[in-house]
Parts: sequence; C-alpha cells; structure tokens
Amino acid sequence: MAEKYDILIVDDEQVIIDSVIKIASMEGFSAAGELNAHKALERLQKDKFKLIVCDIMMPEIDGFQFINEIERRKIDIPIIITTGYSTVENAVQSLYQGAIGFIPKPFTTDELVSIIHRGLNYWKLLKSRTGTKSEFVYVPCPAKYYRLGYSAWMNLDYDGTVLVGATDLYTKTINTIKKISVMNIDDQTVQGQTCAWFETEENLTHHLLSPLSGKIILVNEKLISNPSLVEKDPYFEGWIYRYIPTEYEYEIKKLIPCSSDRS
Amino acid sequence: MKKLGCAFKKLWVLKTMFRKIGFKLIFIVGITAIVIIGGYTYFNLKSETNILLGEVERHALELSEAVKNSTRHGMMLNQREMIHDIINTIGKDPAIYALRVFNKDGEIIYSNRLEDIGKMLDKYAESCYACHAANKPLEKLAINDRTRIYRSEQDSSRILGVINPIYNERSCYEAECHAHPTSAKVLGVLDVSIHLKDIDKKIGDNEMHGLIFALIAISAIGLIIALFVKRWVDKPVKELVNATNQVGLGNLNYAIKEAGTDELGILAQSFNNMTKKLKDMQMQIFQSEKMASLGQLAAGVAHEINNPLTGVLTYSSYLLKRTKDNPEMQEDLNVIVRETMRSREIVKGLLDFARQSTPKKSSININEIIDRSIGVVNNQLKLNNVVVEKLYDENLPKVTADANQMQQVFMNLLVNANDSIGRNGGRISIKTSEISLPPEGVVTIKNAVCEKNHNLMDNEHKIEGLASIKLKIKNGGKEGFIYLDPVYGRHKNDYGIKIDKGKPVNIVCPVCDISLIDKNEKCPQCGEEIYKIKIPNDGYLRGCAKFNDHWQKWDIVDSSGKRKFVEIIIKDTGCGIPKEHLSKIFEPFFSTKGQKGTGLGLSVIWGIIEIHNGTINVESEVGKGTTFTIRLPL
Repeated sequence: MAEKYDILIVDDEQVIIDSVIKIASMEGFSAAGELNAHKALERLQKDKFKLIVCDIMMPEIDGFQFINEIERRKIDIPIIITTGYSTVENAVQSLYQGAIGFIPKPFTTDELVSIIHRGLNYWKLLKSRTGTKSEFVYVPCPAKYYRLGYSAWMNLDYDGTVLVGATDLYTKTINTIKKISVMNIDDQTVQGQTCAWFETEENLTHHLLSPLSGKIILVNEKLISNPSLVEKDPYFEGWIYRYIPTEYEYEIKKLIPCSSDRS
Repeated sequence: MKKLGCAFKKLWVLKTMFRKIGFKLIFIVGITAIVIIGGYTYFNLKSETNILLGEVERHALELSEAVKNSTRHGMMLNQREMIHDIINTIGKDPAIYALRVFNKDGEIIYSNRLEDIGKMLDKYAESCYACHAANKPLEKLAINDRTRIYRSEQDSSRILGVINPIYNERSCYEAECHAHPTSAKVLGVLDVSIHLKDIDKKIGDNEMHGLIFALIAISAIGLIIALFVKRWVDKPVKELVNATNQVGLGNLNYAIKEAGTDELGILAQSFNNMTKKLKDMQMQIFQSEKMASLGQLAAGVAHEINNPLTGVLTYSSYLLKRTKDNPEMQEDLNVIVRETMRSREIVKGLLDFARQSTPKKSSININEIIDRSIGVVNNQLKLNNVVVEKLYDENLPKVTADANQMQQVFMNLLVNANDSIGRNGGRISIKTSEISLPPEGVVTIKNAVCEKNHNLMDNEHKIEGLASIKLKIKNGGKEGFIYLDPVYGRHKNDYGIKIDKGKPVNIVCPVCDISLIDKNEKCPQCGEEIYKIKIPNDGYLRGCAKFNDHWQKWDIVDSSGKRKFVEIIIKDTGCGIPKEHLSKIFEPFFSTKGQKGTGLGLSVIWGIIEIHNGTINVESEVGKGTTFTIRLPL
C-alpha cells in the first residue's frame, strides 16, 4: 500500500534528513528521507510525495543527475536543491535544470520552512493545472523575457540595461506578500545570489535569486510602498530593479527564454 | 683490433679537440703566426746573409786589388821570385784558400800552393767559366760576375772566389822583356779564393737564432691565446654550459656569478635574467596552481563543514522555536544560532575566496568595512593584547569599491600589524579622513609611449614598486637609460648613467631611437630643452630634460585640479620593516614570514588598491612601527 508523504528528503547525511523531518513535522508536514538517489527513486515508485528536497553532492547519482532522472521518468514533483557546496554557480545550475528552489546549507529552520511552503504551494498549483487542464493558473512571462528557473525574470532594454522582477508563478507560490525588502541603488548583484526578500503574511521570508550580475541603478519605489503590485502585474508595473548587467553574454546562457513556455 | 680502436679513439680525441673553439682559434692564429714570423725570419736571414757575403766579397776584392798592386812592380820587372814571395806571404793567411795567377792560356803561374804551379786550368773550370762561357773570352767583367761561391771538395766548407783580370798595359808590352804582345787585352787572371767557414758559421748561428726566436714567438702567441681563451672563453662557456645543465635539471636558482662585461658576460647576464624570469613564471604557475587547489580545498572544506553546521543550525533554531516559553534557554540557544550563523558567514567567505571574484563595486562606507574587518580578526588581536584605536571621520563620504576586497585589504593589514606587534601587546591606530590633493605626487602614469607608440613602461625597473618610464639618454658620447618616476611630480628618478652636465643631452625612445625632445618648447624654469612623452588617451607629459631641474607638466591632469580621496592610515607599534625590505614588500612572493606566509598578502592588497585606482604607501622604522597609507579616489 502506497504511503502518502508531503516531503521526500534525499541526502547522504542522516543528520540533515533527521533535522528536515523534524522541522517538517513541526510545521505539520509529513516527511521521509533516503540516503541516496537510487533509494529515493525506488521510494518514489512506491510512495507518493508532494515535494523533493535533494542534496547535490551524493555518491553515484548526484543532485543534477537526479533532477534529470526525475524529468526522464516524468515524475511531476517539484524539487528543491540544497547543498553544502553552496556556490552561486550551483544555485544557477539547479534552477536552470528545473529545480524550483535552492537553499544553501547550513540553513535555519525559518529558511527551510519558507522554501518548503513555497514548494508545496507549487505542487498545489501543479495539481490544479493538471486537474482542469484548460484553466488559467498563472501568467507566463512575456515571450522576449528570460527567467532564472521559475523565480526571477529579466528583460534587456534597448539601452543595454535590464529590468528585473519576480515571475507570476513565483509570487503565486509565496501567497500574500506583506513586505518586499530590496538592495540599494549602486549595489552589485551576483547571478544566483539573493537580490530581494519577500515577507509574507505567514511571517515567512522568501529569497529571490538574482537572474543576472549587475549594478542596480533603479529600484521600483512604487513596489516597495505597494508590494501587491508584484502580484497584480508582475511583468510590467511590478518590476523590482533596473540593472546595468556586467556579465550578460555569459550569464544569459543559464537563463531560460520565456518563449519556450508557449510551445 | 685493439690498435684500431685506439687509433679511432685518437682520431675521435683529435676531432673533438678540433671542434673546440679555443683549439680552432689557436690553430688559425698559429698558422698565421708561422707564416708571418717564418716569412719575416726567412727574409731577415736572407738579407743578413747577403750583407755578410757582400762584406766578404768586398774584402776579397780589396785583397785581390792589393795583391795585384803589390805584384805590379814585380810583373813589370819580370821578377818572378819577388812575385812568388809576395803571393806566398799573403797566401799564408789561413782565411785564404788559394791565391793564384793564371796566364791567358789557363796555366797557373803563381800560387800560394806550390803544387798547383804549372797546372793548366780548363776554360770551363770554376774560375774561368764566367768569362769563357760564350767561348770567346770577355774582356770586361762586372764585379758581381767575378765572384763565385763553390766547394773545392764535396764536404769541405764553402769558398768564395774572386777573379781579377790583369789587363795589358802600355808598360807591359813596352817593357824590356817584351813578354806580352800589344794585341793581347787580358794578360792573365788573379784568382783569390777565401774560406767562408767563419761566415758560414755565423750564418748558421743566425739561422739558428732566427729559428729559435720564431719558435719562441709562435709558441708564446699560442700560449697567450690559449690562456686568453681559457680565461675569457673556456671558463665562461663552461660556466654557461654548467648553468644550462643546472637549469635543464630544474635548478632555477642557479645564477652565473662574475658574469663580466664582454659578450659572453652579456650572454650570462641575459641567461641569469632568463632563469630569473622562468623562476618567477614557475613560481606564478606554482602559486596559481596552489591558489586553485587552495580554492578547491576551501570549497571542499566548506562543503564538509556546511553539513554538520546544518545539523547544528537546524536543531538549535528548531529548539529555539520550541522553547518560546523558556526565556533563559532561549537566550542560550540564541547564542548557538548566532555563532553558527557566524560560522556560516566565514565558510561563505571561504567559498567567495575560492571563486576569486572580479571586483563588485558598490557604494561603501569605509568605516563600516574597517569595523567588519576588525570584527573578524578581533580574537587574534586580543590574544596579543593589541589595542585598536579608531580615529574615524564620522562624515566620511562613501567610496565606490568592492566591499569584500576592501575587507580583505584591511584584514590583511590588521593581521600583518598584529604579527609585527607580537605577544607583548601594542597599539594599532586606524584613521580615516577625506583629503584633497594636487595631482602632483599622486597621479601615477600607468601607460606611456613614444610617437611611434612604443611602450616606454618598464616593469623590470620599479620605483617604489611602480613600473618606471624607461628612456634612453645620449649624453656626449655616452648612452644609457634613465628611469623616470611614474608618479607625476615626484621625481624619484633613477639614472643609469652619469650625466655630464656640460654636454648636450638627447632623450630618445629605447626601442626606435626617435627623439623625445620637443624642439618647439623650452623649459619655463631654466630655458633648457624639454622632453615630451605621450600618455595614451591622456595627452602629453612634458618635463625639463636638464638634470636636476624637476619641472614637469601634464595639462590634462593639472586642469582637473585637486582630487578628493578617502585616506586610511593604519599605524602599528610593531617591529617595523627594515629599509632594504621596504621596496620589496609589495612584490609577489616576498615574505619574511617563511613557511608561515605565501608572500602574497601585500601584493594582493596592492592589486586590489590598484584596481580601485588608489594608492598604498608604507613608511616604517625598525623598532618603532609601520604606517600604511591608503588613498582611494572619490
């Protein structure tokens, strides 16, 4: 008999599995853990899960290969990547390969809880979409935009600057936004590093990873005073920053063109 | 077989010997010496011999003339006894081989050798040949033709014979005896033969002396060349070969000592230079590999540490959530969470270091960055009882810089200061302020070219750690290089040659020799010529070409007026840096900490400050302390 869990945690360290299960159960979620990707794949055949939290550095099959395998097997479960090898490159790669989130180790309870909530919300959206196929669930980003995974989008303007914001899918997974904290003008952002913090009414803080490296030249003040703008019009009025990108040519390769969403 | 092998070996030895440059030189010079000295000796000996023989010949002629005159009277009177006496008496001289008088038929009439008297001489005999060769006897004979050198017997000494024809005279055919007819032209011949034994001995001696001289001269030349080659060619070449082998074996520390100043010396110097550069390059590769593996190591360590840290952080923050009603416990748990978060930041820093990021400039408050840096190294400072005195300018404007890199700079300087203070405690004072400075002595020239765009910057010759501007100077007959201070208006120039103030100076590009003297302008201070150097994208730098006149002008920089900087002065009461080290401390891999340091710290700092277009200076006094002054442009 297939058991139902909310979260599958795959990590080669038992202490991580234990801590995630503990935190999940504190939040009222059920979780199970596996020490390697092989066992996780077996477990996925047997039991039902809503979210996978997966380490990158694992013996035999690593996190990236695991994502590919999940995709190949058409297992429709959102994946959150976590790793002790917490470089921005790994963060970007994870999102590029289809993970819905990246949480660097070591993480606090709050950080983990936030991302788990986001993951489970994502699963709900996914479910509702598959339930009623034609129903309009979220607004995909405009065709000429690029996105970092499912979180941040960016659009290159004719003057060489880029506009940066959060995708509709992202804001839909974090529920009601209470406050948005942003970086300052002139600050430098790095692709894959947190560039904005969304506080929700559930008192969770969600990190938005920057789609590009660059220097912030403008911050959408309207959005700061009225955070709901990002939910109402995420791709135009709800933009967050204007950047001067520094490594556009190189970094664009790790972004997904939004035009691919419409095929 | 053995003999053949031996012969081959000998041939091989000869071959290798002939391959030697010294041997070739000796061989060529030897042959030349033999030809010249041999030729000289030969002609010298020949002319000496001729002189000696000429002397003997003259002597013989005189003798023959004397005999002829002294016997004349006897002949006239036909007093044969008297003539015999005279001839015998003179002929007794041991030097005289024969003293004979023939009549025109060849009959010996008088002779100092009695047995010869009455003998007939063949017309073709030695003494007659000169006149009778053409069958009809000659009547007149040149002096040279009258002498001959011959040997009486095979092994006897040489003999010089002189014939003296006795001509018919009026008194002869008119004399009472009527011995001679009027028609006869020549009545007889007086033949004087002289031994050449002594002369030949002298000639022989001369030849021997000449030969010995030639041999000594040739061997002396050979020896001198051999010594020369050994001292000035063989030795340095051997040293070079040895050095090359050493380098080939991987010993890049090997340097050729006493290189000398000749071509081989220059070769040795450039060899040393090459190995030095190779070494630096190797070191750099080694260092970058080290850094790369250090980065990998850091990343690996970060990964390994992050996993257990996750356990600590999740459990402690979990506990924090579960013990909301126990404030005492909350307090303690908060410490755990806070400290774990701190560890997380340190590991993050390690990963950032591994990534070796390009500067990410943003508007930063230097005071905050310094505080952050002090926070990181505070424990180390406390261990050494170091007091940090903060003299901050609270209204310090923000600078555009990479916060992490700046933090690295201050951390490094603080750690260095701490190290130099040691266990006995001391004080580090950090002062920040906003200053404005005229461009002179601040702006650094980083790029300079001649009119043909040849780079003039010399990284080899550094002035206070900065690449200098290398110019070629022609002064009188001398040529040399001067290295201009790259800091505008500072004038810590280095002169490669002594400048003769009385003679005109020309400054040229070291690459293409194009003159850098601007003929259109004169120095406004002393009226001498000025040089003009192109600073790409920033106009021209002009300066007085006269030694000791420090007039310089760089319009673009001057017109921008005073520049504003944030100045950070970090002063410690440590052991100080010896003068000889001061100029080197910013060089990569220079370290006095031995195994403890990589020698990269200060050079990295230098690089960071350089990227930010700032300057870093050091002043130090041994025993009193060191002061670093950093200026970052606003």
